[in-house]
Amino acid sequence: MKFVAVTSCPTGIAHTYMAAEALETTGRSGGHEVVVETQGAAGSTPLDPDVIAAADGVIFAADLEVQDRERFAGKPFVDVGVKKAVHDPTGVLAQAVEAVEAGAVAPASAAAPAAGPRPATKVDPNAGVGTRIRQWLMTGVSYMIPFVAAGGIMIALGFMVAQAAWGETGAVEVTQVPVQELISSFSIASGQDWAALLFQTGSAAFAFLVPVLSGFIAYGIADRPGLVPGFVGGSVSVLVGAGFLGGLVTGFVAGFLALWISRWRVPKGVRGVMPVVVTPLLSSLITGFLMFVLIGRPIANLMEGLTSWLNGLSGSNLVLMGALLGAMMGFDLGGPVNKVAYTFAVTGLATEGLATGAVQYQIMAAVMAAGMVAPLGMALATFIRKRVFTHAEQENGKAAVLLGLSFISEGAIPFAAADPWRVIVSSLVGSSVTGALTMAVGSDLRAPHGGVWVLPLISNPLGFLLAVAVGTAVTAALVVALKSMRPSPVVQAEQAADATAGARAGQPAVA
Amino acid sequence: MSLPLTSAELVGVDLVARDRDDATGQLIALLAAAGRVTDAEGFHADVRAREAQMATGMPGGVGLPHARSEHVAAPSLAVGKLQDPVDWGAPDGPARLVFLIAAPAGGDADHLQILAALARRLVHESFRQSLLDAPDAATVAEIVTREVVPS
Repeated sequence: MKFVAVTSCPTGIAHTYMAAEALETTGRSGGHEVVVETQGAAGSTPLDPDVIAAADGVIFAADLEVQDRERFAGKPFVDVGVKKAVHDPTGVLAQAVEAVEAGAVAPASAAAPAAGPRPATKVDPNAGVGTRIRQWLMTGVSYMIPFVAAGGIMIALGFMVAQAAWGETGAVEVTQVPVQELISSFSIASGQDWAALLFQTGSAAFAFLVPVLSGFIAYGIADRPGLVPGFVGGSVSVLVGAGFLGGLVTGFVAGFLALWISRWRVPKGVRGVMPVVVTPLLSSLITGFLMFVLIGRPIANLMEGLTSWLNGLSGSNLVLMGALLGAMMGFDLGGPVNKVAYTFAVTGLATEGLATGAVQYQIMAAVMAAGMVAPLGMALATFIRKRVFTHAEQENGKAAVLLGLSFISEGAIPFAAADPWRVIVSSLVGSSVTGALTMAVGSDLRAPHGGVWVLPLISNPLGFLLAVAVGTAVTAALVVALKSMRPSPVVQAEQAADATAGARAGQPAVA
Repeated sequence: MSLPLTSAELVGVDLVARDRDDATGQLIALLAAAGRVTDAEGFHADVRAREAQMATGMPGGVGLPHARSEHVAAPSLAVGKLQDPVDWGAPDGPARLVFLIAAPAGGDADHLQILAALARRLVHESFRQSLLDAPDAATVAEIVTREVVPS
């Protein structure tokens, strides 16, 4: 028979490989072909899909979660600890042969019959606990962002149209148009109706924020079984007023509940209904109970506290917060610290019942402005002082303009990778200045992304642009100054080469 | 890859050890003397923690204590041949050959490949026997280095 196997162990340097060797050797002497994927510390090479397809059965000799287990869906399998494969490979193979003959089927198949394309997660099963928590969180946040974008932009547009249609009080009037009126008598020529339509549709999208956040955190943890309790938990969190904080909690609670329940060893007859009935039913019920009865109220209080604290911030405190968030945005250019600040801003947008100009919206504006600074600053620096940058960086500078304008901080990464501390120091200071200035001018923003392309949705757009421009200038000036103090050897070598080439061709060197 | 994984000074032949922990300690002393482990006590604690998770006694009389630890200066392998076997938690009996793997916390893939190759070799009776038959430390080191050349 042909088998594929996966071996892994906690340290990933001994058992993983001994088990692999033992299974291969024993298999060979028993007339079986065993191909092993060692998911160890030395990295793992995924099995060829053709080899998996050709295999009669699967052996999991893994003490860690098997990576990409769904590749083996539908195959008969045995699941033993790695130690058993080391000490008794003959027994494990005999078990595997038995499983193939009995036709026991890998569990993922029950939940995912065709194992077709699935929503991606940002989870790397090999990572440490802290990293995985962050990855679960980011899985939820990344699925939430499009909802925030669609909803936020529609609501903001709704308010803009409402201002035009009603005048000064438009932002209040638009929220008071009954939905029934919209359904029964929508007039295509009425600005008020359009405003209400945009507002209501945007609000509908916003209603998904917390459930999607919670649902996809749970999905990151438990895969498909996590979705139902996660979404339900998020929805309950909104009901009890626990908002996105509650949604974060329900995401984790639901995820681990679903993971736990889906691993129960149940009699064969029940196994079929586990993924469709039992797991979603039980995990949702328990999550609901926890949120309604036990932890919902304290989280709701916490949420109210956070909201009123933010609303109470004013003047210099806001500017300080802007400076801090800005520094975080500029620190690692799309890395974990940047994402914490960004997540803080985006989840703030999901707070219920915010008025125009709420602190949460100002935070979003400050975070976005600050996130634009690093790439723009690097770009400006390459324009004003070419000679401290390599040719590749000068090219990158042009691309960084567009990336910066679109609020893609990652545009500065090529610069930071080549010269980390000078670039990061400059970016950190400039972004921080911009964060503080944006707070000071009081711009607010309901969209989670977009850079200058959502400028019409930003209040006090000129102030916003000014804040970005000042930070950009600061970053550019700093990086030029720092780089001029100790020129990079690469740049000098390039310039020397250019000079020689230029002299030979009888024309001035092109920098 | 400047430093070989093991050498004669990291091999102890005819060790006399009371138990698993004692044997491990003696091998760690070899690593510390060679400057490959910066903090013998700290590293020993890491190995004990790993051992507590799951005993590393392997079939065929082998103990394979190991840890990835911040107290390790260079990826190293210490080998001990015990005069009297000690229990290493393997179901098929006590261990006479002990391999102590010290991997740095952020070990790079090259060294981990070599350790993987060693683990694979250990499954083979002939490899274990050749080490048991080896007359001295230098021969043991030589066999290990020759056999675990990464493929």
